[in-house]
Amino acid sequence: MNTPELPRIDRRTAIKWMLTASASLALAPHISFGEHVATVFDGAGYGTDPLLNKSYKPGDFWPLTLTPAQRQTVAALCDVVIPADAKSPSASAVGVHDFIDEWVSAPYPVQVSDRKLILEGIEWIEAESQRRFGIHFVNTIARQKTVLCDDICYEPEAREEFKEAAKFFARFRDLTAAGFYTTPQGMKDVGYIGNVPLGSFDGPPPEVIKRLGLDEV
Amino acid sequence: MAFVTPETARKDYDVVIVGSGAGGGQTAYTLCMEGAKVLLLEAGRNYDVAKETPMFQTNGEAPLGGTGTPDKHFGFHDATVDGGWAVPGEPYVSASDDPRQRFMWWRSRMLGGRTNHWGRISLRNGPYDFKPHSRDGLGFDWPISYEDVAPYYDKVEMLIGVYGGDEDLENTPASPKGILHPPPKPRLGELMIKKYGGKLGVPVIAAHRAVITKPMDHVNIPPKLHPNNPRAQRILAEDMKKRAACFWATPCGRGCSIRANYQSTTVHLPPAMDTGNLDILTDAMAREITQDENGKATGVTFVDKRTGRDAHVRGRIIVVAASACESVRLLLNSKSTRFANGLGNSSGLVGKYIMDTVGTSSGGQIPALENLPPMNDDGAGGMHLYAPWWLYKEQLAGKLDFARGYHIEIGSPGKQMPGVNTFAGLEFATKGSYGRKFKEDVRRYYGSFISMGGRGEMIPNEKSFCELDPKVKDKWGIPVLRFHWEWSEHEINQVAHMRQTFAEIVESMGGTVRRSPHTDPRDYIAKGGEIIHEVGGAIMGADPRKSVTNQWGQLWDVKNVFLTDGAPFPSNADKNPTLTIMALAWRAADYMLDEMKKGNL
Repeated sequence: MNTPELPRIDRRTAIKWMLTASASLALAPHISFGEHVATVFDGAGYGTDPLLNKSYKPGDFWPLTLTPAQRQTVAALCDVVIPADAKSPSASAVGVHDFIDEWVSAPYPVQVSDRKLILEGIEWIEAESQRRFGIHFVNTIARQKTVLCDDICYEPEAREEFKEAAKFFARFRDLTAAGFYTTPQGMKDVGYIGNVPLGSFDGPPPEVIKRLGLDEV
Repeated sequence: MAFVTPETARKDYDVVIVGSGAGGGQTAYTLCMEGAKVLLLEAGRNYDVAKETPMFQTNGEAPLGGTGTPDKHFGFHDATVDGGWAVPGEPYVSASDDPRQRFMWWRSRMLGGRTNHWGRISLRNGPYDFKPHSRDGLGFDWPISYEDVAPYYDKVEMLIGVYGGDEDLENTPASPKGILHPPPKPRLGELMIKKYGGKLGVPVIAAHRAVITKPMDHVNIPPKLHPNNPRAQRILAEDMKKRAACFWATPCGRGCSIRANYQSTTVHLPPAMDTGNLDILTDAMAREITQDENGKATGVTFVDKRTGRDAHVRGRIIVVAASACESVRLLLNSKSTRFANGLGNSSGLVGKYIMDTVGTSSGGQIPALENLPPMNDDGAGGMHLYAPWWLYKEQLAGKLDFARGYHIEIGSPGKQMPGVNTFAGLEFATKGSYGRKFKEDVRRYYGSFISMGGRGEMIPNEKSFCELDPKVKDKWGIPVLRFHWEWSEHEINQVAHMRQTFAEIVESMGGTVRRSPHTDPRDYIAKGGEIIHEVGGAIMGADPRKSVTNQWGQLWDVKNVFLTDGAPFPSNADKNPTLTIMALAWRAADYMLDEMKKGNL
């Protein structure tokens, strides 16, 4: 495993930020109307008027907070969900662990709730790896990863003791897919060919329309 | 072009307009083109579409993949500034704790208001929609008919540019030939719904949306819109030349820097400013309409948000177009000895009969759409086909358990740009695949989802209204609104019918239905206000005791105050309200010009 290590914010900044986040969480509305008054989010997000026509990267608006060890586990698990194949690179190769770091470090209610799920899940993965194989998850071989993830990849069919971990895995897979398929490489993988100006919009390919029996519609 | 401040604004205007969205924009346009001196007050900041619109940014370039957050509810790139379901420093109150009785209020604090991000769906009300009470005994008739408004629908469609087909169905009127732009070709999912919905009797036709699909006809349209006014014709023609046809990329909700779709900031305000007759004052939060001792309105007091200080401007006419509920709030806050309960409120009806659109949605995964080759499904940045309400005869025959109808808005994202949720929750189909299998599954299922949103008519009721909260004020000390909300059985039964219909359509094409887990329609009906079609609160009518305005949106009590947003709507047809707001605003502005000319105002 040679996950490139990325620059981290210093611990003091991170703690300061976490305090801000938890304080604002206590105030955050969660769309609870409290005294029946609609309140606004006043945490340290990007605000209600960010510059839109600009390209951002994780860390631009709020510090990334995963520890190096957590980042390594996240990157390794990302690549279990989305490994490289003939068509596209692996999730970590396009920085999906950064996306997840940005996500779980964000001050918004959904992300704060995901943070708990993801950090506890990462901890569980690591502990389970130690328990079963006696090594860090990042150091397990592909077959060991598969044995472990097979137990937690589908919550409806997971054994009782793996239900919680399966909930984590489902969310982790969603986030990995979110990070991966919004990159240029991910969009190319699924064959997204839009977002380009066209002189005319010609609709779906005629042969596909015909094949689906939609040419007479 | 003149952006002014409280210091540089004139002392007097012919007309002061509060609000710069569809109603305020159209009113300003019509008045300025015909020579009136107008000041437009906007509570939000100035907004430069050309400079600020994120035209080709991908979701991956936005924080959190562009997903919605409490700061940007509709996603990072959505063209909403300082707005959403909650606005900093500007609370509103729900009278009830019950989530089923909650009203949600979307606001935007930017020049052009909510027109910058709206869905551009531009449907005409039909003849029935102006006389609903006459048809089924519920709600209220309008004091005008389709024939009164039709010429203004024509004008607005010519001015803003709307694509659509030439179908002429029951209560779904066609536009006169040559007015609409050619509709874009349907996407696969839309064709599927047309085919299988059609078999179930649901007519699926070209949507009408305010997106131009060819250059504006700058030669023939200006003389039709401004006969005998060569200057206005010239100004409009020049501006129309600057609008480009849709180039089939980037969602309309971000706004459009090439001005291919309608937003007040790209269509109404530029030519109005080119006349030299329009001043715009942004960051101006209206506090009160001032009155003289005779009960005539004299002007508007507003908070200059940059300094926090109050300022005042005078106008012969005051137009309130701040969005239905915000307009109601301004009237209720404009108290005087003569109008102790708020301006124009002698009927006691200001704030009453707030209506939203009845909504719910569901969809499905369609095996026939799996594993298709790459294709560009971006299209016109919104739907190309929709289904107008079709069960008029069944309803008349008493076969339905609700009054009024709904249309179906088709969501057929196909192979559009992946976002954060595009592949979320896929395990319902994949049984939890991961690794290379997951990547194959994603390729397989990409583009195989469709959704349908029902958009139906709510009947105005006594329990859905807003009033001033006795205690809560916004950060400038202006009392805020408290909302009361309740759906009637008509709306509840209507969403149950929607869900049933959508399931039948999805199943008839071999798909798996995907919908919210709620089973009680009281829980899956969209909350009041959630569809953001709120209208009413100052309804128009023929009787001053039973309505707030006349057919021109003119207050019965104060003849130099007009409402030109959705507030005067006495009913809320399933047709999205924006086009009708603009048509009525144009009509009202024509009336104001006429009355000023006659010396009546």
